[in-house]
Amino acid sequence: MNYLVRLVCAAVRPVCPAWYALAAVAAGVLLVAPSASGQEAEPAAAAVDITLVDDHDEAEGGLPEYPLEIPDWQNWTFDGPFGTYNAAQLQRGLTVYRQVCGNCHGLERVAFRTLASESGPFMSEDQMRAVAAAYSIVDADTGERREGRPADYFPTPPFPSEPPDLSLMTKARGVGDGFRWILDLFTQYQEGGVDYVYALLTGYQQAPEDYELEPGVFYNPYFAAGEALSMPPPLRDGMSLYEDGTPETLEQYAADVGAFLMWSAEPTLVDRKRLGFQVMVFLIVFTGLAYLAKRQVWAKEH
Amino acid sequence: MEALRPYEPKSRIAKWFEARLPVVGLVHSSFVAYPTPRNLNYWWTLGGILAFMLAVMIATGVVLAMHYVPDAGLAFNSVDSIMRDVNYGWLVRYIHSNGASMFFVAVYIHMFRGLYYGSYKSPREVLWILGVLLYLLMVTTAFLGYVLPWGQMSFWAATVITNLFSALPVVGEAITTWLWGGFAVEGPTLTRFFSLHYLLPFMIVGVVLLHIWALHVPGNNNPLGIKIKGRQDVVPFHPHYTSKDLFGLAVFMILTAWFVFYVPNYLVHPDNYIPANPLVTPTHIVPEWYFLPFYAVLRAIPSKLGGVIAFGGAIVVLFFIPWLDRSKVRSAKFRPLYRQFFWILVAVCIGLGYLGSQVAEGGYLIASRILTAYYFAHFLIIMPLVSWVEKPKPLPASISEPVLDEGKQAGAGQGKS
Repeated sequence: MNYLVRLVCAAVRPVCPAWYALAAVAAGVLLVAPSASGQEAEPAAAAVDITLVDDHDEAEGGLPEYPLEIPDWQNWTFDGPFGTYNAAQLQRGLTVYRQVCGNCHGLERVAFRTLASESGPFMSEDQMRAVAAAYSIVDADTGERREGRPADYFPTPPFPSEPPDLSLMTKARGVGDGFRWILDLFTQYQEGGVDYVYALLTGYQQAPEDYELEPGVFYNPYFAAGEALSMPPPLRDGMSLYEDGTPETLEQYAADVGAFLMWSAEPTLVDRKRLGFQVMVFLIVFTGLAYLAKRQVWAKEH
Repeated sequence: MEALRPYEPKSRIAKWFEARLPVVGLVHSSFVAYPTPRNLNYWWTLGGILAFMLAVMIATGVVLAMHYVPDAGLAFNSVDSIMRDVNYGWLVRYIHSNGASMFFVAVYIHMFRGLYYGSYKSPREVLWILGVLLYLLMVTTAFLGYVLPWGQMSFWAATVITNLFSALPVVGEAITTWLWGGFAVEGPTLTRFFSLHYLLPFMIVGVVLLHIWALHVPGNNNPLGIKIKGRQDVVPFHPHYTSKDLFGLAVFMILTAWFVFYVPNYLVHPDNYIPANPLVTPTHIVPEWYFLPFYAVLRAIPSKLGGVIAFGGAIVVLFFIPWLDRSKVRSAKFRPLYRQFFWILVAVCIGLGYLGSQVAEGGYLIASRILTAYYFAHFLIIMPLVSWVEKPKPLPASISEPVLDEGKQAGAGQGKS
């Protein structure tokens, strides 16, 4: 404690012009910072917007920041340095995707063959072929329709409004939360996308009384680009999707399909973390040896 | 000292070869017997780390280029396929993308090290200028590389940055069209960016060799900033600094591995996992973290041309530092006033980085204007003024003197605390 006090005193003692400069800069920033939280943009701001894209200005017209609510952290089997996918969960998630999401959303970067992946859904060869065969694919060479094969990719359904493809969805979304990103580096938080998907799927709710809901959209405070989206709530309790006795709840469906979409976006996650551990162990031992070698070399110089 | 002796070929074949191409002797004199100040601290290991990172980036980049398709319709999918289908493609790509960030971590520390210890002062002006040139090449290469995955942020970063050139009077429009290879950022832009992204790293290698050459003529600066007085002040580069650099590098590798294996997408904007779409503008276009301070400077000026000039000026001003700082004393260790301004500059740069990540309006905008003004004032006003006003502390007589003193003190049980 004494040491700390002395350190602070030593740091403050040399009062000189540099400190005035620092104080001036800090005071300047502090004086104007409160207005930063205000919603209205200064008239000058539009002129400064260097992005040079006209429609970008709309976003700065005093609208609230979206999403209205920040997704909660969920517990995932694949978070943390030793995280792995749960094959059963991914298979359930696949079921949810096929029965519900897949009616409108594509999964065009995922090949059927990868469903048999050991570090993924780990389906048997037969199961995987059955999934593929259930889809009708337009053959790239002949142009004719045929049953899907392991080498084919999930086809994109011909839905008129072209909803986004889900292959990379859990890496293509992320919601910032103030300065939490500093902490995220140390907690290895990389599940922002899948937490977002979970929050969106479970986050549909009654619009507040004073909110005027346009027809054809559904209120969801977790939606990244507004208060409401045109996707109707896709999941609800008791849809009878599972046959193995897993609870048929909205939360369970959302977690399972979220995990499945994390795998579809990052199929090498398990390999990555496994190799990462080996590399880390190696590097730490190597660093220790390098340090000892350095000390040995320098021992006679001091 | 035995190890400082020049290379003498022993075998007949070595003698034969050395008489015709003395490259072994050159390497020996540069990285083995090279006399190095004995007091270099760990901030001096960043140079070796940067050289290593450059090699890693080129190696991984060459592999990526084998699988990447520089076509606007195929680029995004080819990167995705590297991640999914190429054996260890995910590893190579994550090393390359996070390696770029780690490269900048290292170069920023390296640059601030130079600023703190006055490594730009006579006789090392050319060394410093080559360094700023390297940084400029790195910035360009990193920007070009960021465009290649052809995600939303790639596309819009390319749009914003290339558009800057259109602010130049008379030639602006022509330059922009020339950069694009058309009338907007599209296929030809991507193809030429790929070509240049492959070219520039080799130019960096060339300038790195000049940088090392320009370092080895005057020799290393050191934390005391004083000249080498004799044999007692130096140690041979090998094994002393090879071992020290190796340890520094190993620690740096742990940090890199943390990113590559555990948070590989931490530094990536999620929007870059959405394929480029010229019809949809992302809500907030933000560059990679290492450009954020300059982005804040760019947006701080309320005129497009002015912003571009400030943006470029923020780097160009670095070229003139050797002549802006008039103090004869190199190391900030003996410059009580400069040392404090140095740390304020560090804080201002971090502050600008934060502001670059925020929307340029309201208080954020005013704050970035203040910090931008301070950034330029630091180099153009404070640096010359401080060297005028400041009374430096007395310098030690030689490098070996305080080093050996410290050793004595430690031996007598009087630790630094």
